[in-house]
Amino acid sequence: MSANSAAVNAISCRSADLHARPTPKLPSRRALLASTALLLVTQTAGARTLAGGTGMPWRPFAGDPPQAVEPGPWVFFTPEEGAAVEALVDRLIPPDAETAGGKDCGCAVFIDRQLAGAYGSARGLYMSPPFLQATPEQGLQAPSTPAQLYHRMLVALDAFCRATYAGNPFAQLPDGEKDRIITGMENGSLQLQGTSATPFFEILLQDTRYGFFADPVYGGNRDMAAWKMIGFPGARYDYRDWVERYNERYPHPPISIAGRNAGSPLHP
Amino acid sequence: MRCMLLGCALVLFASAAARGQYPDKQAFEVIEHGRYMATAADCTACHTAPGGKPFAGGGALETPFGTLLAPNITPDIGTGIGGWTDDQFVEAVRTGIGHGGIHLYPAMPYTYYTKLTREDVIAIRAYLDTVEPVGNLVQANQLPFPFNQREAMVGWNALYFTPGEFKPDPGKPAEWNRGAYLVEAAEHCGLCHTPKNAMGGDENSQAMQGSVLQNWYAPNLTGSRRLGIGDWTVDDIALYLKTGRNSYDTASGPMADAVMHSTSHLTDADLRAIAVYLKDLPPGGSGPAQPVSQQDPAMQQGQAIYNNRCAACHTVAGIGIVALFPRLSGTPLVQQSQATSLIRVVLEGSRAVATDAAPTGPAMPSFAWQLSDADVAAVVTYIRNAWGNAASAVSAGEVANMRQTLHRDAQAP
Amino acid sequence: MATKLPATEIVIIGLGWTGSIIAESMTKAGFNVVAIERGPWRDTATDFPPSYAPDELRYAVQHDLFVRPAQTTLTFRNNPNQTALPIRTWGSFLLPNGVGGAGVHWNAQTWRFLPTDFVLKTHLTQRYGAKFLPADMTIQDWGVTYDELEPHFDAFEYLCGTSGTAGNLKGQKQPFGNPFEGPRSRPYPTPAQKQPYGPVLWAEAAKEMGHSPFPQPSGNLSQAYTNPLGVTLGPCTYCGFCERFGCGNYSKASPQTTILPVLMRRTNFEARTGCEVTRIKLDNSGKRATAVTYIDTQGREWEQPAEMVFLCAFQMFNVQLLLLSGIGQPYDLNTGQGVIGRNYSYQVTSSVQAFFDNKIFNPFIASGAIGMCIDDYNGDNFDHGPYGFVGGGYMGMVQPNARPIEATPTPPGTPQWGAAWKKAVKDNYLSTILPSVHGSCYSYRDCYLDLDPTYKDRFGRPLMRLTFDFHENELKMSQFLTDRLAEIVQRMAPRQIAKLPRTGHYSIVPYQTTHTCGGAIMGTDPKTSALNRYLQSWDVHNLFVTGATNFPQNAGYNPTGTIGALTYWSLDAIHKQYLKNPGPLVHA
Repeated sequence: MSANSAAVNAISCRSADLHARPTPKLPSRRALLASTALLLVTQTAGARTLAGGTGMPWRPFAGDPPQAVEPGPWVFFTPEEGAAVEALVDRLIPPDAETAGGKDCGCAVFIDRQLAGAYGSARGLYMSPPFLQATPEQGLQAPSTPAQLYHRMLVALDAFCRATYAGNPFAQLPDGEKDRIITGMENGSLQLQGTSATPFFEILLQDTRYGFFADPVYGGNRDMAAWKMIGFPGARYDYRDWVERYNERYPHPPISIAGRNAGSPLHP
Repeated sequence: MRCMLLGCALVLFASAAARGQYPDKQAFEVIEHGRYMATAADCTACHTAPGGKPFAGGGALETPFGTLLAPNITPDIGTGIGGWTDDQFVEAVRTGIGHGGIHLYPAMPYTYYTKLTREDVIAIRAYLDTVEPVGNLVQANQLPFPFNQREAMVGWNALYFTPGEFKPDPGKPAEWNRGAYLVEAAEHCGLCHTPKNAMGGDENSQAMQGSVLQNWYAPNLTGSRRLGIGDWTVDDIALYLKTGRNSYDTASGPMADAVMHSTSHLTDADLRAIAVYLKDLPPGGSGPAQPVSQQDPAMQQGQAIYNNRCAACHTVAGIGIVALFPRLSGTPLVQQSQATSLIRVVLEGSRAVATDAAPTGPAMPSFAWQLSDADVAAVVTYIRNAWGNAASAVSAGEVANMRQTLHRDAQAP
Repeated sequence: MATKLPATEIVIIGLGWTGSIIAESMTKAGFNVVAIERGPWRDTATDFPPSYAPDELRYAVQHDLFVRPAQTTLTFRNNPNQTALPIRTWGSFLLPNGVGGAGVHWNAQTWRFLPTDFVLKTHLTQRYGAKFLPADMTIQDWGVTYDELEPHFDAFEYLCGTSGTAGNLKGQKQPFGNPFEGPRSRPYPTPAQKQPYGPVLWAEAAKEMGHSPFPQPSGNLSQAYTNPLGVTLGPCTYCGFCERFGCGNYSKASPQTTILPVLMRRTNFEARTGCEVTRIKLDNSGKRATAVTYIDTQGREWEQPAEMVFLCAFQMFNVQLLLLSGIGQPYDLNTGQGVIGRNYSYQVTSSVQAFFDNKIFNPFIASGAIGMCIDDYNGDNFDHGPYGFVGGGYMGMVQPNARPIEATPTPPGTPQWGAAWKKAVKDNYLSTILPSVHGSCYSYRDCYLDLDPTYKDRFGRPLMRLTFDFHENELKMSQFLTDRLAEIVQRMAPRQIAKLPRTGHYSIVPYQTTHTCGGAIMGTDPKTSALNRYLQSWDVHNLFVTGATNFPQNAGYNPTGTIGALTYWSLDAIHKQYLKNPGPLVHA
């Protein structure tokens, strides 16, 4: 894992509390009986009391599956920011003859939705002051959230580009210029609004890779293009027949936890 | 140790009954026998509300005609059965005529309990007299008009109720007769496993051939090899009733409760007797089904979904893992005439029964969020027709209805 | 103001591996047990079903199953001259949360420490002389021997159904097993897992070089297994989503798959989830625990009186609760006195990346404890005399997954973005392996835990402060072991390798391992240990503390097997001695 950011480990504070889930209205009489364990849950001595003697609790439809990202307009980015990020991710992971680039793989959409959610607001992270100067070994000590960092640096990047390239935003620049700017961000030679752009480069690169390789349910890795490119079968859960087949390419296409909805071909 | 005590109690009680003595309701062996018979009759399934005190009533019974609440049968004088005479109790259990002459609904399985011996019913009463009296007034009748008219039960009884104690078949061994008594009287297996007519009466010509009840399919228990338990041995049946599973099947849904509350507590001898009796039921149910073609698009789609989503537990070959993941290949449960239970467990998941003998109680997750109605229909059709299985195809409409019935917004594609 | 609850007999703080084992044992003995768990209830089908468990972003990257730093974290510095700063997001280690604890999301590598590991100080001093050890190294003997623990290692392995190949049965060396392991009384409960291509090729190379490769002992089972409690586990399907993930098909040993189904059938057991223990209360003498206080998710404070308290939280949090409860003398760096927080240790991991041509490893086909290993360089299995360091580790081709966000290595010199990066990822993914070294980490005077003076948790309690750095002994060891591993890997004829020994200062940022150890260690002398040899507090006799917290220093293995064995060892003494005559089991 790259060593750069408090935002690496964004937390989505999903509730694991089964009670948060709606109950089917008319459970059968036996299902009611079966849920005895849950109904014995009391509020007398804590958040949730599970009394022994009734077995492992369970209820129908329990679970906490991910919410699939829907296509559509930007949620977090302004249109200009979205265009810039699409241009950035398409240089970080450029398209080639066989595999789409970061833009068409949905990396910018992925980042947009992540920044609009728990990750963007650093929810779940320890954000109490004081924020002091840290050694590299102590990790990032930044009071700003990833959302704030992105907004700040995208504004700065836009200002830089327009000032340097005759009013053109980043997305309008030739690929060579884009790469020159990204290289400057990477090696620290490019200052944006007086600060090094390297932390932003690192978080952007990391998030772009997440979008490229994460399950398509989150909006990136469209059509599982990244998984197909490298030969990773995705959310498959059973390789018993393949563990001892040596030096042989696994033949089945990847699948997504989002199912066929996300375009996953099926294992015949 | 408990089994030994119980065994003694049974012997003592049997000898008392044989001498024609009125049982002493305060005798240890009578109370103990009553507890055993109340377990065999699974009284608690309805009369103990979830999280409520034992036998204090209030458990809801969903019937096709509306909701009934099971009454309080603790010895509380005002709200329970503390004020009843033994005869009134026996009358209620065996004829459905409650205290004060009111007619009970046959959700109380008096059509089965009528076959219980008077001694056994008195013993149950003796046991109930020892439980904690609970003041809990239950308004049992929640039915809409016209079903809330209890007098209607007089006509219903005339049509569908044959009163009378169990009569052993002298041509059959004692073990068979003991099994018949437990199946036909106490365990009231037919309540779920025998198809019902429009008025809720048993279709006796199709006894034990399987039936839909409360959005579960209670499978065929006849000797049919394809649909029933024709291939099961006596030991397989007894193991299933004792532990909730065997190499063919795992109990879930209502049967999980029946195993948990009732059959897993029966003696090995009684379970064996039940098995002997059930094994003697002639094959019944529909004839051989034509399997859905493997070339059918739904089968192709179903196979893909199965291999991707189901095989990590049930295995590609459908053989499952003994005591953990149910076998699907060749098992009657997946080839019943209706796929109600299969559709249901794919949508909402399921918890297998846990017993002292097999405490794991594995659960299957809900796939409602992941699979569309067509996906569920395809994969259930595939399961019913793969590996040599044969059963009717399932339509997306059936799945949609079940989804709706289960009152759950479909988030699936 | 805490609301006082009716007393119970036993309170367990934390319902992970050790809490579950203790709860099962004590409820079986007839005691009323209440387990208080900070995190949520968790179960296979409802919390990590196969339908969405294999989600790298959610579980591996965004840490869905771990405690949120906003709930609690710790501060860190490399040395006492620095100001410790909070770990704002998890990096080096991932601290667990919820029912099942780390047992939910471990890799299930299930090892026994070596016999010499338990008498480390005595053994090394005898073999090499006291001067061979660095002056500030504070290693100790454990106060318990391998032979005493053997039945309890066995119990834990049979609880889990561990898959492996015995190397030493009752003193008889066995083919294909680990020849260095301590004698075991019977074989593993299930045979070793199948091995993918990479481990098989690596083992051939190791064997050709005269080593003794053997399959890693795995809690991801090679076949279905029913444990002595009657609970059944299924066979592992090699999906490669173990560490940081819950297992969706009941094939990884965890409290959920081995104990909880039985425990939840016991009427004398109760679990309270979403309840964070804030303090263990003592009576006026300070020698007896009387209750624990905890706060639930609604912010209500409760007091649960009990006759016995088992502190079974994760290693860090055990130490924190002892310090916050005023139990035992806190360790003082300046004087070297005090025991709570003393001898924090970790694990020194390293790896070799090996890039091949014309090999398809399908590295995603894996389990958390897959792989072939050698133990030739672990512990004191080799003569350290010529090398000037002590310690060692197992090494092998033990790659537990190839999930693409975190396991798409590129050869050295590859740019980290652009067309060249993309091509390198594509070309190397299926034909790269990541063998690794799992090295020991011994304890030192200046590696310890105490309470932070500045940063607080949400209740205003001081966070734990971790002061830790790698010492020269460990860095030498890492270099030596990584070189040996690289020699074996080279014999496999890769196109290119990259050696990644541990160097420089310890960093809290990159993930290394969650094997944090020590802080309330067991031993024979209350001046240098917080617990006696039975894990009983020297100061408070009705308090027992479990987990890697007990380790005086860390060996070159994953800790869970030893944690399980110590728990059973402690329970054995409790049942045979303590319950008959409650009081100190060892008189100082």
